[in-house]
Amino acid sequence: MANVKEQKLFAAKIRLETVKQVGVRGFGHLGGALSVVDAIAVLYSGVMYIDPANPDKTDRDKLVMSKGHAGPALYSALALKGYFPMAWLKTLNQPGTKLPSHCDCKLTPGIDMTTGSLGQGASTACGLALAQKMDEIDAYTYLFVGDGESNEGQVWEAALFANQHKLDNLIAFVDCNQKQLDGTTEEVMAMGDIAAKFETFGWHTQSIQGDDVVAIEKAIKKAKEVKGKPSCIVLNTIKGAGVPEIEKIEFNHHIVLDGALLEKAVAACEATVKELEGGAVSHGDCI
Amino acid sequence: MAIVYDGSMDQAVYKIIFAQTIEALADADPDVVYLDADLMNSFGTHDFWKRNKKQAVNCGVAEANMMGVAAGLAAAGKKPYVHTFGPFATRRSYDQSFLSIAYAGNSVRIIGSDPGVTAAFNGGTHMPFEDVALMRAVPHSTVIDVSDGVQLEWVLKAIKDREGLTYLRVTRKHYPAVYSKDHGFALGKGEIVKKGTDVTVIASGLMVGEALKAATVLEAQGVSVRVVDMFTIKPIDTELVVDCAKSTKAIVTAENHNVIGGLGDAVADVLFENNCLIPMKKVGVKDVFGSVGPQEYLQVHYGLTADEIVKVVEEIL
Repeated sequence: MANVKEQKLFAAKIRLETVKQVGVRGFGHLGGALSVVDAIAVLYSGVMYIDPANPDKTDRDKLVMSKGHAGPALYSALALKGYFPMAWLKTLNQPGTKLPSHCDCKLTPGIDMTTGSLGQGASTACGLALAQKMDEIDAYTYLFVGDGESNEGQVWEAALFANQHKLDNLIAFVDCNQKQLDGTTEEVMAMGDIAAKFETFGWHTQSIQGDDVVAIEKAIKKAKEVKGKPSCIVLNTIKGAGVPEIEKIEFNHHIVLDGALLEKAVAACEATVKELEGGAVSHGDCI
Repeated sequence: MAIVYDGSMDQAVYKIIFAQTIEALADADPDVVYLDADLMNSFGTHDFWKRNKKQAVNCGVAEANMMGVAAGLAAAGKKPYVHTFGPFATRRSYDQSFLSIAYAGNSVRIIGSDPGVTAAFNGGTHMPFEDVALMRAVPHSTVIDVSDGVQLEWVLKAIKDREGLTYLRVTRKHYPAVYSKDHGFALGKGEIVKKGTDVTVIASGLMVGEALKAATVLEAQGVSVRVVDMFTIKPIDTELVVDCAKSTKAIVTAENHNVIGGLGDAVADVLFENNCLIPMKKVGVKDVFGSVGPQEYLQVHYGLTADEIVKVVEEIL
């Protein structure tokens, strides 16, 4: 298990690579990719049972990024973990790429499920978790859904199913960055208290600061102790988190990222990495 | 291996054949999983669910989620068979089947019951005349319209390890028996269920029995009719369609489905692409919605009868 400093450094590196990835094309879904980086960093810093050299291993943990537009953040983590060469990160959305805008399990090593049509990952994650139960595999399925995505009725169909089938090996993160494409969730489709909603659907729920790696790791540990019901961890986040220039943009679901903005965003991410590297922790230590 | 058609109905109703076959498949292969959206009691599988909750999963009235769960199970190596009524198995959960199952490369078998007018007293809301068109449009899909009980049992076993999305439409009731118990089939290969030289009627599902009935009438009038059961609508048996165009003078298709996007269009595609421009007509639902009533009434109302086939054959020759 990585220490806090290592987790923070890994998150900073994911942010830097994600900004650079989107910067090659000059546009992309950056806001909602950056808001889940810290949770991804914790999961891939020793919490998840995975083997980058053997993505087909059947008894490992699975992860479904149902908010599929956050793919670039996941690609950065997977490349940094050695699932595929770092050079691939320069190919996001280029013709013939293995890294499309939205997650595709047929193209990208380490991606467990194709997502992009919102809400569907919640159901496929239930299927993966149910299969682990059927096969008596002692492993977890992790799921990311967005707060905007939770407008989709399918999320709530899946929430009912997970409770009915007692999928206590399913841990869902709800990325509450409080924005969706057309504005704030309050303006577009107010979701109210998402944690309370999941609780009434029979889930164990926790609500934490989504950029606090210590809180994230603690919440996962607690979720694993819950038996007989699925777990929901609401991540209170900021869309574009960790990159002030991106956070400031009002409509930052999909942005143009070039010129001075790209330079500033990369510089900000590099500064964070450098600051955290002060303790001379190399990425290899994060496993 | 023989054609046993004499107009009498199959002894067993198809929901019972389905229930017995799926349970046998599940007993023999621990990876077989049956999913339903609160219609087990309508489809003969309720007892199986009570006996084996590990391999029979009730998803409640939530078809979109059910398709996603099936996709996740398939991604983990399971072999899901998913059932609900035809309209909910296709149009209601189309994006889930398209993306989470087919696009994502997951192999799932979807069974839509009550095709077309067999939905009868559930009425127009439950009467899919478009399910074949929708499922044909999914890349690499397999689309099957079952015409007989022996065939149903064979198909259910044959698709267990089939890759990609397979859609099977089947009535809960029964059609006239066509095949002997030992009849062998091949997916993607149509069956010549009656030989003939003047005209070919290419039918599927409910309309195979109607086509055989029509052939008896036409033979009495001196018209020699070949009848083909094209139970695999996709991939269609191109070789057999071309042979029909070369061996007989005209083709009539017959389907319990809208004439847009179904069997008739699939046959027409083959004829055009292979430069077989012989006369062809389609018997089917003429771009209208379903409605409620006894199946016999609906068949007459929508022109899905032996009489209609006879009329169209007479027109085309």
